[in-house]
Amino acid sequence: MKISYFPGCTLKTMAKNFEDSALASASSLGVEMVELPRWNCCGTVYSLTSDDLIHQLAPIRNLIRVKEQKNTRVVTLCSMCYHTLKRANKMVQEDSEKLDKLNNLMYKEDVKYDGEVEVLHLLEILKNEVGFSQVAKKVKTPLKGLKVAPYYGCLLLRPPEVGLDDSENPTILKNFLESLGAEVIDYPYETECCGSYHTVVNIDLVVERVYDILSSAINQGAEAIVLSCPLCDFNLDNRQKEIKEKFSEFKGIPVFYFTQLLALSLGLKEKACRFDLNFVDPRPLLKSKHLTGGV
Amino acid sequence: MNRIGVFVCHCGLNIARTVDVERATKIISDYPGIVYATNYVYMCSDPGQDMVKDMVKEKKLDGVVIAACSPTMHETTFRNTVASIGLNPYRCEIANIREQCSWVHQDKEIATEKAVEIIKAAIEKLKLDKSLIPLSVPVTKRALVIGGGIAGIQASLDIADSGYEVVLVEKNQSIGGHMLQLSETFPTLDCPQCIATPKMVQVSQHPKIKLLAFSEVEDVAGYVGNFKVKIRKKASFVDWDKCTGCGLCMERCPVRVPSEFDELLAKRKAIYTLFPQAVPNKPVIDTDNCLYFTKGKCRACEKNCSVGAIDFQQKDSFVEEEVGAIVVATGYELMDKEEIGEYGCGKYEDVIDGMQMERLLCPSGPTNGIPYRPSDGKIPKEVVFIQCVGSRDPEHYYPYCSKVCCMYTVKQAMLYKEAVPDGQAYVFYMDIRCNGKGYEEFLQRGIEEDGILYLRGRVSKLFNDGDKIRVWGADTLTGRKIEISADLVVLAMAMIPSKGIKKLAEKLRLATDDYGFLTEAHPKLRPVESLTAGYFLAGAAQAPKDIPEAVAQASGAASKVLSLFSKDELSHEPIIASVDEEVCVGCGNCVDICAYDAVELDVRTKKARVNPAICEGCGACSAACPSGAMQQNNFSKRQIFEMVDAFI
Repeated sequence: MKISYFPGCTLKTMAKNFEDSALASASSLGVEMVELPRWNCCGTVYSLTSDDLIHQLAPIRNLIRVKEQKNTRVVTLCSMCYHTLKRANKMVQEDSEKLDKLNNLMYKEDVKYDGEVEVLHLLEILKNEVGFSQVAKKVKTPLKGLKVAPYYGCLLLRPPEVGLDDSENPTILKNFLESLGAEVIDYPYETECCGSYHTVVNIDLVVERVYDILSSAINQGAEAIVLSCPLCDFNLDNRQKEIKEKFSEFKGIPVFYFTQLLALSLGLKEKACRFDLNFVDPRPLLKSKHLTGGV
Repeated sequence: MNRIGVFVCHCGLNIARTVDVERATKIISDYPGIVYATNYVYMCSDPGQDMVKDMVKEKKLDGVVIAACSPTMHETTFRNTVASIGLNPYRCEIANIREQCSWVHQDKEIATEKAVEIIKAAIEKLKLDKSLIPLSVPVTKRALVIGGGIAGIQASLDIADSGYEVVLVEKNQSIGGHMLQLSETFPTLDCPQCIATPKMVQVSQHPKIKLLAFSEVEDVAGYVGNFKVKIRKKASFVDWDKCTGCGLCMERCPVRVPSEFDELLAKRKAIYTLFPQAVPNKPVIDTDNCLYFTKGKCRACEKNCSVGAIDFQQKDSFVEEEVGAIVVATGYELMDKEEIGEYGCGKYEDVIDGMQMERLLCPSGPTNGIPYRPSDGKIPKEVVFIQCVGSRDPEHYYPYCSKVCCMYTVKQAMLYKEAVPDGQAYVFYMDIRCNGKGYEEFLQRGIEEDGILYLRGRVSKLFNDGDKIRVWGADTLTGRKIEISADLVVLAMAMIPSKGIKKLAEKLRLATDDYGFLTEAHPKLRPVESLTAGYFLAGAAQAPKDIPEAVAQASGAASKVLSLFSKDELSHEPIIASVDEEVCVGCGNCVDICAYDAVELDVRTKKARVNPAICEGCGACSAACPSGAMQQNNFSKRQIFEMVDAFI
């Protein structure tokens, strides 16, 4: 199966471990993710101002690139890109007047956008097209005995009309991780906000929030956190340095992109898993569990 | 040759301000067929009506056009006026020059021209109007009541006490409904079992009431005054005629499964009655759990029945009843708490719904009224009540207010405090609505005497924290986040109509709203009638309501049934469809489109035939008829075209 792939900025910089593990795993599951030519920023934060059409140019132009690739579907990895593209797409699908205006603003494009592209997250492809049961069959190194806490954050699920699962009671990551053989723990913070961009100007706020999230997971027995958003990852993984400064008893916990664990369980090598790029080194944990495939 | 009189009303200034009534009268008086035209300040007043009567006699008028307000207001008035002096009432037409003209225009010149055209169109219609005679249909003076909750019980007793037979159909094995599950009733704290069971016994002993428990309405045919109802008596696998209700079968049954009556908080047997005071007090076998039905062995009930009442071969049977009126009192249920993700989707044992709390607090319930919590049987010291769960939440669930939750939450918190005096009850609320007699005083008593802590705000999340339920909420009056470690959380779930109401409503041809509540004929002036003649509504099937309201509505529905039964014959509007058999080609479009099943194809002649007693005169068949054979009395195609011609 071939599908257009929109990486977004972070996947090429801070979240190389996300992209490398995703592309390698997808390909070993028979999904070919073809990177869009000339993609641009997804728009980052979906603009809620009703007369602020200029902010919708970026996401819609990316959807035009999908059409140029002769595709009608595009897959994303970053939760924020997924959210922005899907929500902008929904907006123009429901408002032809705004769509016309956007097309007029982009009159230099060869292709006109008509709202025909479908925006998907890799988790949706794994669930609905490959199938978690099929994923489970391809697993070479089951993550036996590894206790993981799924972390959804906000943009994968909210608002409900663009979320990929029930916004209050999501199960997609749980089902996915179980198909890899991991033991999934239940804790109340899986849909709490990580603090998002406050990490730039209000580190304390993020540190306190993330401390609550991580300690709750640890108290329920989690050995690692699994997520799908580079910004959440920055806050949950990199900010552990500041958490330790503030809460001396905090021991730290490795944080994975879901695709890293997928790559590991599919038996892919270090080049695909890229555990070297995680801030909190997960390799000692994996070794202790005898999960040395990608290590 | 027509002799038509036209009477133009000023309606004070309602019409006369924008329509030049004098000029309109003058123009109309020269119109062909008009022998008399006049105007008057209030045509509907006694002098106005007298003027019409006098002129019909004096000018020997054979038809009258009243140019006034909408026909929904005074058509009946003027039809009765002309009928009183011997003119056929269907030879009176209303030209609506108020709602459709004067009220919606400002330019007097144009409005006057339009009024004249409206009057001309009415005249053209009148010229072809036939003198119609209303139909008479006989009334079967027996009523069907669907649903044996408190509303259905009350309606049945009221009708039966007036001397008419009632067939009461209840889907469960006993009547009583949700009221029998309740702990105590607000605001008097009396025992619902004590006040409801005498009524249940009255039903079972009443010579005029035929009680069909464990039965469902399968099909309804016919029309007001003459319904034929097919009822399915579900197989109970117990011969109720032989059964003495001794209860030995239940005692000896080895199966224990969660009891629906106890809201899954206690166990029942596979052969069971709902509760000890059940009416009728006869058991049924639950085939999903009975060892004989699932594994082919056991038969303990059969062995222990001294009268041989157990009958594993029993099948569903059907009875047909003829009735003249139907009261629908199918009640409500609570929305499933599994639908609420933020409150754990039902996975936390100590997060229960309002009805479960009723069972825990009920002196005859599984815990004898002491609210031991479900998970470990401990007495909860901190109890959080959350109101409006699923109600007043248009974005996610239901926009309406469930009406009873504010009151039963106070009551439950009070009863909890009575059972656990050193416990604390918290209530999260959006608004508190205590708008019944004695209700506000009841709330104040709860707050002041029992120290129930009311917190205005919503709860965003519930989760398990050791043996506690952690409650994350907000107090929007102080603007602070609130966290409570509770032992028990009670959700006041939205009230929704009983499952299966949509299917039943389809069978009965009743309208429902978006949520499945039955629609009344008029929200203010006809609150117990449905839009379909002969059907009456009672209780929470129409909207969430408490016991006094349900009982009042049931008595209201019963009195409507009785007024129907006070006549030997019903008159039926003659403005209905009729078929020109010469033209009909028997295509059957009219049969398919009729919402009332009033049209059928004659087996022999293959021509459409209208049942005049069922036809409501909606006109759908005339529109669907390709040959023009199907015509509405006094709304024929020719009349419509003549009216259009008058306009253009």
